[in-house]
Amino acid sequence: MHATGFIAAMRLTIHRDLLIAFRHWGQVAQPLIFFVMVTTLFPLALGPDLATLRGIAAGTLWVAALLASLLGLELLFRADHADGTLEQMLLSGQPLAMLVLAKAVAHWLVSGMPLVLLSPVVAASLAVPRAAHNTVLLSLGLGTAILSSLGAIGSALTLGLRRGSLLLGLLVLPLAMPALIFGARAIDLSIHGDSPRGPLLLLAAMLALALTLTPPAVAAALRISAE
Amino acid sequence: MAFTWFNKLASPPHAYRIAGRLLPWFAWPSGLLIAIGLYGGLVLAPPDYQQGDAFRIVYVHAPSAWLSMLVYGTMAVAAAIGLVWRIKIAHAVAAAAAPVGASFAFLALATGSIWGKPMWGTWWVWDARLTSELLLLFLYAGVMALRASIDDRDRADRASGLLAIVGVVNLPIIHYSVYWWNTLHQGSTLTKLGKPSMTGDMLWPLLAMLLAFTLYFGAVLLLRLRGEILLRERDASWLRAELAR
Repeated sequence: MHATGFIAAMRLTIHRDLLIAFRHWGQVAQPLIFFVMVTTLFPLALGPDLATLRGIAAGTLWVAALLASLLGLELLFRADHADGTLEQMLLSGQPLAMLVLAKAVAHWLVSGMPLVLLSPVVAASLAVPRAAHNTVLLSLGLGTAILSSLGAIGSALTLGLRRGSLLLGLLVLPLAMPALIFGARAIDLSIHGDSPRGPLLLLAAMLALALTLTPPAVAAALRISAE
Repeated sequence: MAFTWFNKLASPPHAYRIAGRLLPWFAWPSGLLIAIGLYGGLVLAPPDYQQGDAFRIVYVHAPSAWLSMLVYGTMAVAAAIGLVWRIKIAHAVAAAAAPVGASFAFLALATGSIWGKPMWGTWWVWDARLTSELLLLFLYAGVMALRASIDDRDRADRASGLLAIVGVVNLPIIHYSVYWWNTLHQGSTLTKLGKPSMTGDMLWPLLAMLLAFTLYFGAVLLLRLRGEILLRERDASWLRAELAR
């Protein structure tokens, strides 16, 4: 018998998490429905004037995406913690940071990506012009990935706590604000016909930073929480 | 050899006694300097040619803003020491520092807002500096909330310590993104008012207050550390002997 490499372990982790998600697809759909509902609140609250909606579309899309991804993050490690899988991951001898990265990727595939695919429809309802839809996809695509990795830290730190979901918001939202600033800025520039290149590149840089720096932090947080 | 004093510092009885012995060396100079600085700032310094007497709030505002950042740094360094070398006293320092830093951040925001009312004509402007100070307050709130939510002391120490370190890595990103956010938004001319470079008789009270506030933080930290040690070691036998003396 030979030892499993960490690439194989990551692939197995992603496969397992995707399989679990597809067996409970109701849970996967909840943040999406929440995303659509929150974006519906704004036209109802502010009135159906299209020019107003176009003005707030970028901010609305981003705030709704931020809140929706917070909802999903709470579940990231909870089931694994409850049934002992997390202990097995800690004891497996595999680099924990890599397993965590795999879990974050799987989480993004089932929570971030559907939200991104849905976003042009929601954007159209907020009177975002057709030309800006690609920016919406890119901005939220990069953004939800950043949120998945930042949120994993909060999710690991609040594991098993009472009122964990409220605390998760308190911990993660301040960290996510830079992404919100540039993500919403990119969409806003695009709506007004300007090039969103600058903010999008900054978002991409943030994602690169998040992907390299957060997995060790999440691994450390899991070791603290799982004791 | 050189580390023996350091190791001693890590033991609660020694830290408790040393903190008590150091306390007056911070508290008295701080009180004296605050008195001197306030007299210099509120009485001796001339009114600003543009802002009149309203500028004098800077003698509280600027030291508070400086301390809010220094305390976060102190907290994160203490937490890192505690996490790496598993020194409980370092975690106690971090726990003692957090509410102090949050108070300074709040004070900086409140005084900034009071200054803004006559200067900008409004209590709050989404100025880059004010906004990043607000986000700093949020980071403090997160660290304190996490500590308060975990019952197990060891886990609370380490989890909130890790969050404080994550916050330090994020602080420059938050600071610059907020800064660019405001300038991207065509910063209003009001915020471009900027600080007039100060004359000497305005500057020295400010420097005195900066030093005074820093010493004050040292004194409060030592005092709170003693309280934190009392709380954590309440069942220890050395404490009974110490208090009986």
